[in-house]
Amino acid sequence: MTKLNVEQIRKDFPILKRQVEGKQLVYLDNAATSQKPKVVIDALTEYYEGYNANIHRGIHTLAEEATDAYESVRETVRAFIDAEHTHEIIFTSGTTEAINLVANSWGNANILPGDEIVLTAMEHHSNLIPWQRLATERSAKLVFIPITEDGQLDMAEAKKLITDKTKIVAVTQMSNVFGTINPVKELAQLAHARGAVILVDGAQGVPHVKTSVRDLDVDFLAFSMHKMLGPTGVGILYGKTELLNAMPPFQSGGHMITTVSREKASWAELPWKFEAGTRNIADVIASGKAIEYLSALGMENVREHEIEITKYALEKLSELGDITIFGPKDATLRGGVIAFNVDAIHAHDIGQICADAAIAVRAGHHCCQPLMRDLNVMGTARASFYIYNTKEEVDLLFEALKEADKVLGHVAVR
Amino acid sequence: MSLSDDLYRETILDHYHHPRNHGAIEHPTAQVEGVNPLCGDELTLYLNVKDNKIEDVKLTAKGCSINTASGSMMSELLLGKSIEEANEIVDLFKRMMLDKNEEVELPDELEDLEALRGVKKYPVRIKCALLPWNTMLEGLGNTLKSPTT
Repeated sequence: MTKLNVEQIRKDFPILKRQVEGKQLVYLDNAATSQKPKVVIDALTEYYEGYNANIHRGIHTLAEEATDAYESVRETVRAFIDAEHTHEIIFTSGTTEAINLVANSWGNANILPGDEIVLTAMEHHSNLIPWQRLATERSAKLVFIPITEDGQLDMAEAKKLITDKTKIVAVTQMSNVFGTINPVKELAQLAHARGAVILVDGAQGVPHVKTSVRDLDVDFLAFSMHKMLGPTGVGILYGKTELLNAMPPFQSGGHMITTVSREKASWAELPWKFEAGTRNIADVIASGKAIEYLSALGMENVREHEIEITKYALEKLSELGDITIFGPKDATLRGGVIAFNVDAIHAHDIGQICADAAIAVRAGHHCCQPLMRDLNVMGTARASFYIYNTKEEVDLLFEALKEADKVLGHVAVR
Repeated sequence: MSLSDDLYRETILDHYHHPRNHGAIEHPTAQVEGVNPLCGDELTLYLNVKDNKIEDVKLTAKGCSINTASGSMMSELLLGKSIEEANEIVDLFKRMMLDKNEEVELPDELEDLEALRGVKKYPVRIKCALLPWNTMLEGLGNTLKSPTT
């Protein structure tokens, strides 16, 4: 049995009591965004009602309290991902901004014409488009590590594609379609052996898998708090000190400077050099509560629960003869993300029939249009699990899919 | 379990499982692609218009049930109509789907389309229902511009 007390956990999430048209909500869209425990929601109210002030500015009590609360989250994040220094933790608006920061700041300073940027065929648009733009601007080349039949990276190809021309390898820690957990540590070794750096898109991975940037030896890690019990609007960029120090600021304005004259300015130290303007103070503070909540559960236990529910779901959903499940068949190789199609039913129709049963799943291209074309599908439905999901909820999903197959499957003409 | 009865009522399911006028016309007077980038729905509309009359209409659709059924119903209703009549029906249907106050009523000969009224409850899917019709408008427009018709 899993060490998570799911019944107890569910009580911490007010939204899980929600009924949708008289039916109990079944929330299986966690890869899009997770739900929030009461402690996180309360932290927002406590800040706004108790010590709302701008940080690093005033010398009044509220400003000091807000600054302390904000900066203490940096330490919470550092410990959570096992970084060496707190100044290596940059608060952004999300994974997307974090990756854009690196692609712009590091990219423009380091990428030259003819250089190669190595991505994978399973990247989310957020870890694809910034590199496309950079490659176009700098006349660099994008190289893609292909995937195997069951949605894993082809590592034999990766070894050939990461070469002396490679300047950066940008790879997702966990696929938001296949759920595949990629061998990031091995990719980091391959990159470093060729003098390249590695950026890891941890948007799907960090919320579900214990992640140590030092053990993986990654140079940059980007992830979003809203997929791991935190509020929307907060992302984290981790970067190694020497890399961050050598990078120019991304955005500029207030707060990221030391001295300013009419003609020029000098930049603040890390991490503030990368935090121009008033940051998302309330949501950063609440993010700290989300990480504390996950840490108290233990990320090993979170993972164990997800392997168990994913294994169950893979078996249960396979009972539907007409289902195509993408990604690895072995639950230990993947996170709790299952993309699937039932017969030739359009993903939106599956989504609709699930919605009528108060089951929230994602339907569409999952911001992975090139991958959808590789798979030769218009889109897929996707169920994704987190700490509060139960096998009973998987059973409800199974029933809804059976109904969808009955009503909309087996179409004669296409 | 209660399925969305409004959405998948019998008429829609019938047209979805057995789409009318499915296929292609070899030498159409107009051929138009319709795409809904949000959900990836794609369809190709073929028209054969002679002497201001829609003599043939065919559709190949890769889309959801609403899209397929809507296109099928449309093809059935517009076959044999004049361009003016067709434009009027398209206009009426679009107004019904987009009108928030439920004031647009359909004449008896268009009563099949009532089945699609239920889609209005699901705003993101109104686009699915409208795609064939917007594609038809484009096709009719192209036909008018073409000197051979």
